Amino acid sequence: MSAASKAGVIEAVRKTGEAGLFFVRLLGACIPALARPKLIIAQIYNAGARSLIIIMLSGLFTGMVLGLQGYELLNRFGATEALGTAAALALLKELGPVLTALLFAGRAGTALTSEIGLMRATDQLTAMEVMAVDPLRYVAAPRFLGGLIAMPLLTAIFNVIGLFGAQLIGVQMLGVDHGTFWSQTQSAVALKDVTEGIVKSVVFGAVVSLIAVNEGYHADPTAEGVGLATTRTVVASSVMTLLLDYVLTAAFM
Amino acid sequence: MSESASAAAHEPSDAVIDVRGVHYAVDGRPIFSGLDIAARRGLITAVMGPSGTGKTTLLRLITGQIYADRGVVSVFGKDVGTLGSAELYASRQRMGMLFQNGALLTDIDVFENVAFPVREHTDLPEPLIRNLVLTKLEAVGLRGAAHLMPGELSGGMARRVALARAIVMDPEVLIYDEPFVGLDPISLGVILRLIKQMNDALKITSIVVSHDVHEIESIADYSYLLSEGRVVAAGTPAELARSDSPTVRQFMTGGAEGPVRFHYPAADYATELLESPR
Repeated sequence: MSAASKAGVIEAVRKTGEAGLFFVRLLGACIPALARPKLIIAQIYNAGARSLIIIMLSGLFTGMVLGLQGYELLNRFGATEALGTAAALALLKELGPVLTALLFAGRAGTALTSEIGLMRATDQLTAMEVMAVDPLRYVAAPRFLGGLIAMPLLTAIFNVIGLFGAQLIGVQMLGVDHGTFWSQTQSAVALKDVTEGIVKSVVFGAVVSLIAVNEGYHADPTAEGVGLATTRTVVASSVMTLLLDYVLTAAFM
Repeated sequence: MSESASAAAHEPSDAVIDVRGVHYAVDGRPIFSGLDIAARRGLITAVMGPSGTGKTTLLRLITGQIYADRGVVSVFGKDVGTLGSAELYASRQRMGMLFQNGALLTDIDVFENVAFPVREHTDLPEPLIRNLVLTKLEAVGLRGAAHLMPGELSGGMARRVALARAIVMDPEVLIYDEPFVGLDPISLGVILRLIKQMNDALKITSIVVSHDVHEIESIADYSYLLSEGRVVAAGTPAELARSDSPTVRQFMTGGAEGPVRFHYPAADYATELLESPR
């Protein structure tokens, strides 16, 4: 192993350890932060409500594509009545949590990182420390909790709109029977499928929010540093989401 | 006045902030090597020096954001390096700090910025908080700007709001980090007067870090001149003005030639010009 790749591995391990320690401190700060519901609600609004349009639009188009592709595939086996089931399972178990997490990383994660990074660069976090206010408790924890709460809610909305999109194409355009579409969906989707989706969305919410807050909190206090931290948030969140998706899917088998 | 004379010039018991023999290095590069500074109760102490002499680092040592490698930084009679986080936060509540750029929280308005430390550290009823904040804003002449967002303020106004925030908890010590940088003459005069007034009216111990020699010398009771990690001169403004030390003279008159290097260390100028381009 070359010296450069050794240094790269050491740096990666160091960064992971640093993020782990930060996570522990952040969790500690979350308990007192719960006493300030106003701050958390503001962050649910920032991370959640402000991401609604992008989540709803993406959900609609994802569902519509599922409707088209699902119909095309099922039609080959003469099983188009299973379209509702196929779309619902795909959305609930995979596409809903994963796509929402990826979109959330791009929309809310980057906003979190750049906001906290700029607060660091303009001495706002230092000013809080000097005023004897823990920025971890006042800035980081409410944003982490806001993201953690917003993600499952956004995923649920994504799923509902996505299923509506699949129905729009399958039933309204391609002629799948309306009653069959919904009754098949209702009978085939089990509670376990819904639970899998919820667990995934909570885990992704925690991971993406942690990465976003951690990158912002430890960003170099320069324009370049904040830019790099924002990029790292998207890259790390996306990779971690897909990696954990595999792990969780395997765990639920 | 020499360094040893400066150490003898004050009574340690009188010092609210006492920095003794502090060594501090970043990545092996020494910032301080044996720094001695004391801020006496109720006085304005100026810390001057060329850019890059670690003036801001000194403030970070005093507020316990970083710790000295060697030596003692004591604030209110306690060694900052030995304080637990609860004690450190308690000590910080007795201090106010004015940052170079104001460091106002950008997502809340001027009123809320000044109210921020009060809301965080007390359970005062809203009418009392309102009166307190308006009193402090009136003191800096910005009561009318209470509803503005920090982004709508000029640099001088932002610094005055930050000053109102720094004094809202009635601190015993006020720390100013380069309070005059980038200000127009009117704002500069206002800030200068405010620092003096805070000190006179509230008997606050003040530490002002600055390289604006003439401004700071007009209000300081005692000054330290730092260079290359040490105190090279200390004394009252009158004593520094009379000093015949080359370093003091160079700094006071703003000369490029003297013991304090203007040029960053480099190879010979002529040799480098004649070298083929990289």
